[in-house]
Amino acid sequence: MYAQGLIGADGKTGESPEFLEAFQKRIDAEEKIEPNDAMPEGYRKTLIRQIGQHAHSEIVGMLPEGNWITRAPSLKRKAALLAKVQDEGGHGLYLYSAAETLGVSREQMTEELHSGKAKYSSIFNYPTLTWADIGIIGWLVDGAAIMNQIPLCRCSYGPYARAMIRVCKEESFHQRQGYEIVMTLAQGTPAQREMVQDALNRWWWPVLMMFGPHDSDSQHSDQNMAWKIKRFSNDALRQKFVDATVPQGEYLGLTFPDPELKWNEEKGGYDFGPIDWDEFWRVVKGGGVMNRDRIRDRKAAWENGAWVREAALAHAEKRRQRAAEAAPIAAE
Amino acid sequence: MSGEVPLWEVFIRPRNGLSHKHVGSLHAADEVMALNAARDVYTRRGEGTSIWVVPSKAITASDPDQAAENFEPTAGKVYRHPTFYEIPDDVGHM
Repeated sequence: MYAQGLIGADGKTGESPEFLEAFQKRIDAEEKIEPNDAMPEGYRKTLIRQIGQHAHSEIVGMLPEGNWITRAPSLKRKAALLAKVQDEGGHGLYLYSAAETLGVSREQMTEELHSGKAKYSSIFNYPTLTWADIGIIGWLVDGAAIMNQIPLCRCSYGPYARAMIRVCKEESFHQRQGYEIVMTLAQGTPAQREMVQDALNRWWWPVLMMFGPHDSDSQHSDQNMAWKIKRFSNDALRQKFVDATVPQGEYLGLTFPDPELKWNEEKGGYDFGPIDWDEFWRVVKGGGVMNRDRIRDRKAAWENGAWVREAALAHAEKRRQRAAEAAPIAAE
Repeated sequence: MSGEVPLWEVFIRPRNGLSHKHVGSLHAADEVMALNAARDVYTRRGEGTSIWVVPSKAITASDPDQAAENFEPTAGKVYRHPTFYEIPDDVGHM
């Protein structure tokens, strides 16, 4: 799960016009770029940043849902949620590997997440207050992520595109399990209905923000489109998401917290109200309810796991040495 | 403890009869942990029946800058393909 317009990428690049033109030709011909190929520094930097942010989002995204594993209402829900959270961990690992092919180390990426230098999707800085949030996250947050990620399967950078194909195959389960939770609650007792409507009310706007700033305010977007790192604009994807999602909510008798939301026959899509970008930037810059907790928990996991990594390396070294000592004897 | 956890390339055989195919990479302290991690990361939904892990540093790769001299000459060697040879239809399928 993850989607968010790339924040703060700098596509500046210093190569010769001939080099850039030859590179652009390859991109325009839909040729994939592979790890050791010559590429503009700006292309490399943008991808490292984007894939890194994406990987961090998957890993941090395990926290809000992990919060509910022990309190899932049935064994079936618990097994499904465990599998989903495990998938998110897996997605993070595919993506870190893809970023590493560009010459950045895992340690460096981890360090940048912990220091706050690298961003992750700000949707995870909102708290998961009730079980209904888990349903809403699967339906809406993963749903928004799918909208954003399907075009990434055709990204010009081969390892990223391949990782995204694996991710997208798995996301569909996430969205369906979320919608099923929402459906069960929506068809349940009045208290359950109220709980799921409350969750929808709290998550709807932050989910729309996941697609990133409006196209008119989105820096570097043109360059990323030209390089085919990005295939559709933030606003186009957001519109597509709203059009797909609103009928799914109405089917369950749920309402959306936007008085301006209505079908526009002429454009063949929904109109919706203005997004509070001040809130978006406040949360991106660290002012969300959970920003501090998320980084604190990631750091704690890393630091508390240090002895395991050290022990594993020490054990591997010991086995290597024993094998080396045993080898001459065996040869005699 | 100094040193980064080594990187491994993961290859999976989707089912018997097919070759192992590169699926991605991961970090692990040794080959035993690499296999365990590969199972968890890359085969959660029946993607394979066999896994290979290879230390990434053990792979020697051709240089993309030499791709032209390595691979383009074959394009000119049309006589390596069966369609280069004219055989009368009367001879039948060959």
